Amino acid sequence: MGEFKVHRIRFFDYMPSAIRAMAFSTRTERLALARADGALEIFNFSDNYFQEKVLPGHDGRAVEALCWVGPRLFSAGLNGEITEYDLENLRPRYTVDAYGGPIWTIGVNSQGTLLAVGCEDGTVKMFEVLKERIQFQRNLDRQRGRIISLSWHPSGTLIAAGMMDMIRIFDAETGRATHRLVVDRGAGASKSKEVVVWSIAFLSDYTIISSDSAGKVQIWDGLNGTLIRTHLITKWDVLALSVSQDESSLVAGTSEGTVVQFQFLSSTVDRLDKDWVRTRTFKNHSHDVRALAHTETAVVSGGMDTQLVVRPLLDKVEKNTRESAIRKVSFPHRSLVCCAKKAGVLLFQFPDHLELWRLGESDGYGKPGGSLPVKRGPEKLIQLKRKGEDHICCSALSPCGGWLAYSTVTSFRLYRLLNGSISICKVSKLPKDLRPAHQLCFSTDSSKLFASSSNSSVVVVALNEPECKYLGTLKAKYGCRQPVHLLSASENGKWLATANTDCEVHVYNLDKLKLHCTVPVYGSCPTAMAIHPTTSNLVVVHADQQIFEYSLVKKEYTEWSRRLQKQGLHSLWLERDTPITHVTFNPKNPAHIIVQDLFMFCIIDKSLPLPEAKNVLYNQMTLRSLPEPDRVLHSHGFKICKDFQHLLCVSLLEDHSLVVVERPLLDIVSQLPAPVRQKKFAT
Amino acid sequence: MAALYAGYTLRGLAPAQNRPNSGIQGVEAERDSDHVVVTDSTRCVTLYKVSDQKPLSCWTVKQGHTLTGAAVYNARTQEYVAVSDRKVIRIWKEDDIILDKAFKATVSSDVWRVHCVAGGDPVVLFHRGAVRLLDSLLSAPQQPIEEVLSPEEAISWSTNIVTESQQFVIFTTEQKGDHFLYLQRLNPNSLQRYHLEREEPGLSPLSFSVSYRDKHIRLLYLYPNGHVYESVVSVRAPVPEEGAQALPLPRSLLLSLPVGEGLLQAASAQELDEAHVAVVGVPHPSAGSGKDFLCIWNTNFQTLQAGKEMAGKIYGQLWSFWNKLFIPHGKTFSVIPYDCPKSSLASALGKQRQVKKDESKAPTSVPSWNTLLHEEKAHPSRTAETRKTRTNRKSQSAQSLTNDQVLELIKTAPVEEVQREVQLLLSRTDTQDLQTSVGQLASTLASRSLNDPAFYTPSSLVQLVHTRYLCHSVCPDLVLLALERKDYFLCQLCLQFFPDIPEVVTCACLKVFISMSDVDAAKVNLEPDSVFFMEALIAQEHEAGLNGFSLADEEDRSDNLAEGGATAQRDNEKASAAEQMCPVGLHKAVLLNEILQTAYFDSFLLPHLKDLSSQDVVLFLQYLQFVYLKFSHDACKPTQGLRSPSLTQVMDWMGLLLDAHFTVLVMTPDVKDLLLNLHRFVKSQVRFVSELGKIEGSLQELDKMALKRDVGQYSIEIIELF
Repeated sequence: MGEFKVHRIRFFDYMPSAIRAMAFSTRTERLALARADGALEIFNFSDNYFQEKVLPGHDGRAVEALCWVGPRLFSAGLNGEITEYDLENLRPRYTVDAYGGPIWTIGVNSQGTLLAVGCEDGTVKMFEVLKERIQFQRNLDRQRGRIISLSWHPSGTLIAAGMMDMIRIFDAETGRATHRLVVDRGAGASKSKEVVVWSIAFLSDYTIISSDSAGKVQIWDGLNGTLIRTHLITKWDVLALSVSQDESSLVAGTSEGTVVQFQFLSSTVDRLDKDWVRTRTFKNHSHDVRALAHTETAVVSGGMDTQLVVRPLLDKVEKNTRESAIRKVSFPHRSLVCCAKKAGVLLFQFPDHLELWRLGESDGYGKPGGSLPVKRGPEKLIQLKRKGEDHICCSALSPCGGWLAYSTVTSFRLYRLLNGSISICKVSKLPKDLRPAHQLCFSTDSSKLFASSSNSSVVVVALNEPECKYLGTLKAKYGCRQPVHLLSASENGKWLATANTDCEVHVYNLDKLKLHCTVPVYGSCPTAMAIHPTTSNLVVVHADQQIFEYSLVKKEYTEWSRRLQKQGLHSLWLERDTPITHVTFNPKNPAHIIVQDLFMFCIIDKSLPLPEAKNVLYNQMTLRSLPEPDRVLHSHGFKICKDFQHLLCVSLLEDHSLVVVERPLLDIVSQLPAPVRQKKFAT
Repeated sequence: MAALYAGYTLRGLAPAQNRPNSGIQGVEAERDSDHVVVTDSTRCVTLYKVSDQKPLSCWTVKQGHTLTGAAVYNARTQEYVAVSDRKVIRIWKEDDIILDKAFKATVSSDVWRVHCVAGGDPVVLFHRGAVRLLDSLLSAPQQPIEEVLSPEEAISWSTNIVTESQQFVIFTTEQKGDHFLYLQRLNPNSLQRYHLEREEPGLSPLSFSVSYRDKHIRLLYLYPNGHVYESVVSVRAPVPEEGAQALPLPRSLLLSLPVGEGLLQAASAQELDEAHVAVVGVPHPSAGSGKDFLCIWNTNFQTLQAGKEMAGKIYGQLWSFWNKLFIPHGKTFSVIPYDCPKSSLASALGKQRQVKKDESKAPTSVPSWNTLLHEEKAHPSRTAETRKTRTNRKSQSAQSLTNDQVLELIKTAPVEEVQREVQLLLSRTDTQDLQTSVGQLASTLASRSLNDPAFYTPSSLVQLVHTRYLCHSVCPDLVLLALERKDYFLCQLCLQFFPDIPEVVTCACLKVFISMSDVDAAKVNLEPDSVFFMEALIAQEHEAGLNGFSLADEEDRSDNLAEGGATAQRDNEKASAAEQMCPVGLHKAVLLNEILQTAYFDSFLLPHLKDLSSQDVVLFLQYLQFVYLKFSHDACKPTQGLRSPSLTQVMDWMGLLLDAHFTVLVMTPDVKDLLLNLHRFVKSQVRFVSELGKIEGSLQELDKMALKRDVGQYSIEIIELF
């Protein structure tokens, strides 16, 4: 295969934001996740936990709680507003001010007709869920002190609300408070501090579970308002609770980073009366667990340490399968790095700014495994701050390094970079049709810009100075509503491929500005794709790790793709838990496909035999340790290189050198605030 | 571990209901361990045969008279003595039927109690503190009785003990909240007065108990707040002049019992032996606050050894005679046998079985030679055993002997019978019950064997040791007995199974083993596992070049032996040939291995090691060197699941021996070669280890180099893909 010069880059200071809230919809198997910067992410749990949608954040929006109402997603935050989101256009649909001060919590009744929010001023406000909007209905009895958490009884007649030092039970019909449950404060010094009921759950047997800032999980009888049991699980706060759908298990997340599971079990085998028994403790976080979701088979947790952890419950899944492996999502499932192949310039996308870097140079020669002396170090050319309160949603850099575009949910901006990308000027005259985009892409010759817009359409703009001209809109067939999240233009400028979250892949003919073909829909969402520069074959990689190659000329899967499907991918390949986020090709060898996920990059050599399922899938590190003759024996079409970890981008420049952008997890962890409790020896 | 056994009731005696006291004035021992005299609070004295739970005879004073002191039995004259109506002393024999017709004498002052213990004369204690021997009192009943106590002082409790030389009457008094102890010596008479330290104000002792040990009288007393104190008075204390001030009586807190809510009302503590106290009327620490428990506490370790709930009201009365506790409670009067075997730390803490690392293989189901050969001896076969147990269970009450009976038997019966009964007992009893009895059996067997040269039961002792409930502190004579009787197999087992053999005994064993002739040793039957191990070790071929040490190392030799090359060569060959030979016989080696594996503390072992003769030391050193050489040979590791000394143990012993005898060894010309050899070996080992250290250093550097790569934010690297 040969040697590669690798630019190993670790100066992309990407810092994910802390996880604030979560909501899991069992109906759609989607997890909605809110981060501290107001960004929302939608994960599809039925499709390998793929992060299929990202709604960029907003400066003023501090989401405190999330709630699914059927397929609709609502959030409420400390800005006092309730927001419904447009998940097709990836933006807020509307916001309603609750006029009750900051909102701490939101909950919907099981019928999906009423939304209750808990406000700072001590009111629980009810909103009627209408088809297109929500309408204020009334307030429940106003209490002294803020409403921190609330939970509907499944019958929809009662609401339990967690407050400072107490829990109130309301009759949802009359609005009267029926019970007042006093929650004990912590012992010792914290006796004088108010206890905050951080989270509450109302079960169908009228049991109320509460978790509070004194480290307790308490079980109450909701009918009589009596305390049944107290479990002290930590010295710090218990911030989150989540109950499984069948109400047989619940999890509580603490400030120590532990998640404690309780199960509704009978204490002895033959007895019928059941009790909530503390069963397991998971420790997957270093910081506060702020948000929890209990799915049927797993505990999903997230918090200050920014990682989303899916911890399967081993009594619910089959052991030693893909489902039983713990998953951690630390980075977005899309590329935040754009590489101008010709110019050797990198664009890093942050929520509030963009950075443009020029790669360093070296003229030496070195042996494999060594590093070269750096003649000229990397150079930060431009730092571009975004305008407005909306965070950057997508960005792109033209291959020549001359154009830069980014978009937020409300605005679109295009810049011209001059003098070797050092000076920048905004292109002011933009065609009116160029509206905020979900995804941006430049053509290889940097003459055209493609911006995906609503209803899976793509706007094509010709880039000319001083004015850009609108060329047309590529529209898919009628009925495509989901946003396009992948765009890929062919090298020869003839084709453009788009993929949306409905798993549809469309290929357009750019000469005619018309739909050329639609790739047969596969059941898993595409995570990366690219069109081969010479053969015009489209390579698509899906969230379930399958790889397809589709000939755009013949409009059918290629021979190699069929062979690959027939033989099947190696099980180790399929068991990887991060999606492929980038596909590129080697211009020198048309048989090479370069793919990359978080933990490896792989050069797939189509000319070599595929790895057999029964054989060991050797990666490059093992192969290197083998003697020469064995290497040939064990080599196969998948050249997996794990030398670099936490990869955010792997790209091949025109001079045939690789660009590798790493973001080591340790660097992220070191930027987190100190955890409340660190594990010390023998404690 | 002390144990309380199932109790039984003395029938025909129901304490009166709804009264603070039990209706029993006193219980006194009678002629033997099976008879007691019980005096009730009114008019009746009853003689019981305890094991039959029934009264043998009963004497009653006439209506209108009351008994004011418990009746005692004077074993010398076989008469009973009791006091009625405070001033009338009544004496009668067992065959007197009507008490009023028996002898009586009226004295001039009120009598508190009459005391009499085995080996002593009856003593009369008057209310005002005067003491008279019964005989002298009866010679002149109306003699004037002096007043010892001050007017406000009143006796609260009294007893009487007999030491080797003297008889004592001990009584305590109370005066305005102060408590005093009086020690009245008889013949020559002298009185000592001690002042008990005050407990919290308002608390007076609930019960007293006294014992005599090691020339000291120990007074044990219990306060309502659960504190049990012990005060020790020497019987030889200088006699103070009359009328002197009360001496302060130092006390030490033995136990602090859990009290529950409030103070104890009716409770009593009774010393059972030097380490055990029986307490009644105190809550069980793990059973709530009910105070109706009888518990045995170990005072050395402050642990609860046994506990039993007593139904009904507790009156705070407790007597103990002949390993039986007598307690009135509720409507019943119970007798509860108990047992306090000598306690070791292990048993007191409930760690009866100390599982050592190499013993853990024994309970597995894999048949090992050890279990096959020895267990079979103990229990003929599995099926036979169960059948036997079944039949035994059926006929247990009828045929087989109880533990106590076997103990009695051991004291007198011939060897064969003892062996048979012990085996029966062992195969019958559940292992839990064995814990207490094994120690008794072993110590009784050992003491008989020590006293009676003709008596020795090796198989029984082996079986007892094999139960693994024995340890050295339970039966300290056993190892020495085995040595005396040259039962080396038993010695080996003891060394193997006892975790607590003292260094002096280890050394005694070592001395015997090392000086034993190989011919004698070869006759000994030993544990096969260890013999196999040693056979394997001896059969090993010796190869040169172990761990960097070669006997033919030219450089080494020229370094160390400043002699001519040829002689050195020859010496070396000789030496190496000698080293390949085991210096002791197979069985002797096995026994020595056992010594190597015992636990010891070197500063305790060292002085005893110095007692070894120099020949023994040399031989032992040679043997240790042999084992060491074999072990450092890489082909032979002390593993294979067999019981074998470890290399460190061998090294430690070598070091200890050299420490103990270095000057002697240096002066002995024969040993010079041996010492030089050892020195040479050690030197080469040191060199080898230092070389290893160097290698380790360079390996670490390699590690560091690998880690140091790739720090920094940007680098241009070359990779090669295959």
